[in-house]
Amino acid sequence: MSPESASTYPGVPEEVVGHHFSSLERQTEAMRLGMWLFLATEVLLFAGLFCGYTVYRFEFPLAFEQSSRHLNITLGTLNTVVLITSSFTVAMAIHYTRTNQRKMAAVCLVITILFALLFLGFKAIEYAEHFREHALPGKYYASAEVRIPGAAMFYTLYFLMTGLHGLHVIAGMSVLGFVLWRTLQGRYSSNYYMGVELGGLYWHLVDLVWIFLYPLLYLI
Amino acid sequence: MRLSEADSHALAGAAAHRNYLEDGTTVMSWLNTRDHKRIGVMFLASVIFFFLIGGIFALALRMKLLQPGPFLYDALSYNRLFTLHGVVMIFLFLIPAIPAAFGNFVVPLMIGARDVAFPRLNLASFYMYWAGALIAIYGMVHGGADTGWTFYTPYSSTTPTDVAPILLGAFVLGFSSILTGLNFIVTTHTLRAPGLSWMRLPLFVWGIYATSIIQILATPVLGITLLIVTVERIGGFGLFDPARGGDPVLFQHMFWFYSHPAVYIMILPGMGVISECVCAFSRKNPFGYKAIALSSIGIAFVGFFTWGHHLFVAGQSTFNAGAFGILSMLVGIFTAVKVFNWVGTMYRGAIAFKTPFAYICGFLYFLVFGGMTGVALATTSLDIHWHDTYFVIAHFHFIMVGASVMAFLAALHYWFPKMFGKVYPEGWGLVAASLIILGFNATFIPQFLLGNFGMPRRYYQYPEQFQALNVASTAGATLLGFGFLIILIYLAIALKYGAKSEANPWGSKGFEWMTDSPPTTHNFDQIPTITQMPHDYRTHEPPGVTRVA
Amino acid sequence: MNELLRRLLFLPDQASTFARDVDTLHFFVILTTFFMSTLVGLTAIAFFVRYHRKSETQTTPHVEPPGWMEALFFGVPLSFFLLWFFIGYSEFVRQQTPPSDAMDVYVQAKKWMWKFAYPDGPNTINVLRVPAGRNVRVLMTSRDVIHSFFVPEFRVKKDVLPGRYTDAWFNATTPGRYQILCSQYCGTGHSIMRGEVIVMKPQDYEDWLAQQRRGLASKQDGAGGLLDTSPPIGNLVEQGRRVAASEGCLKCHSTDGTRHIGPTWLDLYHRREKLTDGTFIDADEAYLTRSMMDPALEIVDGFQPVMPSFQGKLGAPDIAALVEYIKSLRSDAVQTGPSEGPAYAPVRGR
Repeated sequence: MSPESASTYPGVPEEVVGHHFSSLERQTEAMRLGMWLFLATEVLLFAGLFCGYTVYRFEFPLAFEQSSRHLNITLGTLNTVVLITSSFTVAMAIHYTRTNQRKMAAVCLVITILFALLFLGFKAIEYAEHFREHALPGKYYASAEVRIPGAAMFYTLYFLMTGLHGLHVIAGMSVLGFVLWRTLQGRYSSNYYMGVELGGLYWHLVDLVWIFLYPLLYLI
Repeated sequence: MRLSEADSHALAGAAAHRNYLEDGTTVMSWLNTRDHKRIGVMFLASVIFFFLIGGIFALALRMKLLQPGPFLYDALSYNRLFTLHGVVMIFLFLIPAIPAAFGNFVVPLMIGARDVAFPRLNLASFYMYWAGALIAIYGMVHGGADTGWTFYTPYSSTTPTDVAPILLGAFVLGFSSILTGLNFIVTTHTLRAPGLSWMRLPLFVWGIYATSIIQILATPVLGITLLIVTVERIGGFGLFDPARGGDPVLFQHMFWFYSHPAVYIMILPGMGVISECVCAFSRKNPFGYKAIALSSIGIAFVGFFTWGHHLFVAGQSTFNAGAFGILSMLVGIFTAVKVFNWVGTMYRGAIAFKTPFAYICGFLYFLVFGGMTGVALATTSLDIHWHDTYFVIAHFHFIMVGASVMAFLAALHYWFPKMFGKVYPEGWGLVAASLIILGFNATFIPQFLLGNFGMPRRYYQYPEQFQALNVASTAGATLLGFGFLIILIYLAIALKYGAKSEANPWGSKGFEWMTDSPPTTHNFDQIPTITQMPHDYRTHEPPGVTRVA
Repeated sequence: MNELLRRLLFLPDQASTFARDVDTLHFFVILTTFFMSTLVGLTAIAFFVRYHRKSETQTTPHVEPPGWMEALFFGVPLSFFLLWFFIGYSEFVRQQTPPSDAMDVYVQAKKWMWKFAYPDGPNTINVLRVPAGRNVRVLMTSRDVIHSFFVPEFRVKKDVLPGRYTDAWFNATTPGRYQILCSQYCGTGHSIMRGEVIVMKPQDYEDWLAQQRRGLASKQDGAGGLLDTSPPIGNLVEQGRRVAASEGCLKCHSTDGTRHIGPTWLDLYHRREKLTDGTFIDADEAYLTRSMMDPALEIVDGFQPVMPSFQGKLGAPDIAALVEYIKSLRSDAVQTGPSEGPAYAPVRGR
């Protein structure tokens, strides 16, 4: 129950502003801070795996190097381009929302989601290749390509890291899908676009994690 | 932007004479609430329930330990019991207890806000708590894990008991913890009343804020670590399995990276409670406000760099041990500073010995001993003898039960009138406090001696020379259990049949006493402007809701 | 003083060179803690009495600590903590660094027993013999999960890890028997995974070692072949003892070396016995089982054929328990034979 009537913030549905916030500005400030804190937790979640990668890379440098060569660098690079572009399109979606161009914003969101699907598609192709080669984690590793100790460890980390990242891509897609639905409903405007901004922030994180994964797994 | 007079009266009129407990009496109105006070009460009931469960496990363990040989049940059951005792007490009680129950209720009141920043997220964290609890209960009913709450690999990745539900339950509970912390940080940054600068914040809010930082930064690392162990169990992936090139000590590093800061999650809120209670019951401003406030942040920060002191004999390098040892000493200093300042608060105060004050005394004594034995452990050479013996058990129980639980009970009694508008029987309060303090000493001082004597942890059977001290400890535990039972009974009775409390029965000048007891759903008729520090007793106000403007 | 405090605090005997130093630091820390807490406690009580609330309308002054006081609050504990740390850490470094003249013993821990092997000497299970006054380094690894080697009287402890080896060292000062306790949780047998360190006078130790080297070149310690997660030997031995008593075995066989109606069980296992027909046998599990089932077949020279058959009377578990019991009746639980170091699976290989 907000004392501020809809007329205080044109284009903003009344129930959006929490009764406990003194103003909409305060609320958006809070939402932004909350999202950044949440992103920090995501970074730390992946940090554990990066730590494991560092430790085992140090222990099995040759195995890691050789196994890395056997990853599909074409698909990996394609995926990187896809994700970076999708970050661009989601930023455009925010821009269009802020300039009250609802249709364009929706289009950009749709493109972003399609890029995400494309990413998952490429990843699926890569995974299928690994399965065929028996380059699998832990005790299932039976690849003829790299047979030195530590190769299984590389694939354990590869599957854990890309798997966890893939789950986050799916989560990000769901979030953006929800934001798309709200956009089509006309909920966002230049006065209130937090949903799109926060969704975009999350998507940028998903992209950022991949930008670190890609060189560690594919390039070095 | 503040409410206009007209608007605030309109608001007040709509909910006049109805406090938050009466505002909607259906079950759904509770399960679907956004009100931080109701969520706090629901958390309170939940954590008390799980404290009792964990306590029953503890008593079962102590009963077995009356005899050195096999007795009452077998070794596998014993191993499951101590694992579940740890998991329930830590993840289902200690981590959420003060922040989610009392923090939720009191923090918005203390900063002059109508709710936390994200009320729906708050409700979500309550449901996540129960989701995690139910998953863990499923695991327990299925026999439960026998790994210890520390889940060391490769034992935890190879034991045939049902470990995965416990791991997943802990993962989900971690999520709940993260959401609670996130909410409090944003609340403190964005919902402070006009005039409430950081250096005027109540010390309890500082404590919760520091705790929330740890919750946000440390819990995800536990999450990923437990996830990896789960995957290792299900899929044989072998990140920590030496047979596949993995390093079991890496697990220990990653696990303790969370679990050491976690112990500060368990004590910092309690320290905040004690700060409030010492000021209220000494009727005095805090001695060294800045020191107490900033030492909370200090503990949170330095606490992240000390995890290696759990690995002094684990085979890590001597250099590592030295680095972690010296940093562990630093953390102890912040606690010492607080203790001196709390005692200093009593100087030239006007002290009333009520039940919360009895718990303050218990807290101070247990914190000093528990803390000092922690410092002793950190000297590295002494830890060689004490590591994984009953000395360590006694050390952490002194802090986790002796200090944290005393603080929890202090909070429960101090804020009981605020939360429920009822008065608890003071006489019984003091009786229970005495029993608990006595029982606690009788339970855990023998355990320090057992550790010195050489009895290792997690021992189902033990060499006969350890029996006398074990019997003493069990006797103490029984006394302790009685003390808790008495509290449960008289609080339940007070809830139903207790006398109505006035708005500020303690005459405290903490900011939460600016509203009614119990508060209305919206907390304040009008958001106050705060121009002074909390607990300023240079003037006396007539009884009733205190004003600070 | 040292002895008084040691007893008050329930500390075990100081049986190593390290123990005395560590206990001294212990006493320093404990006494300072008691003193300071008493001081703080008395101050609090004094305040409580002096500043008791007199009326409900009482006000209090605003008091802030002067800067020097806060500095003291910070500085005094810091000085003590750092002092203790530097003393403790230098002791710790000494404890972590085995001296170069230390004699080595290989230790292999597995659920739920300790195996010891001397580089050019015997293998033993659960018993470690060392000479007094000599630096001893233990090189330890585990076959399965993490264990920990702990001897309270020596104040020594080190985790034993699978896939790597860790080391610890001690110098035992006083001859005697000291318990080894596993101090890293490792499953249902964790609390009975115990061993013994027998500290011998140097001359006695040399004698024992020479005796072992001259000893029977019999089979390796045969505990292998059982699954790693077999129930702890202790239980079977207990069961065997009970069966031996209830089935009447002890009426004819002694367990302390005295000759009776039947051969003594002490040191029977792998004993080279001469039979009545002049042949020699090795009293292994097979022989012991045959003796229970068909005793008339192989009689030990010098004894009468009066043992009844237990065929149908003893089930397989009881027989196994009896065999384990007989195996446990060693005069000092020592097996002779060339040293077999533990199998250190290389970390990087598979």
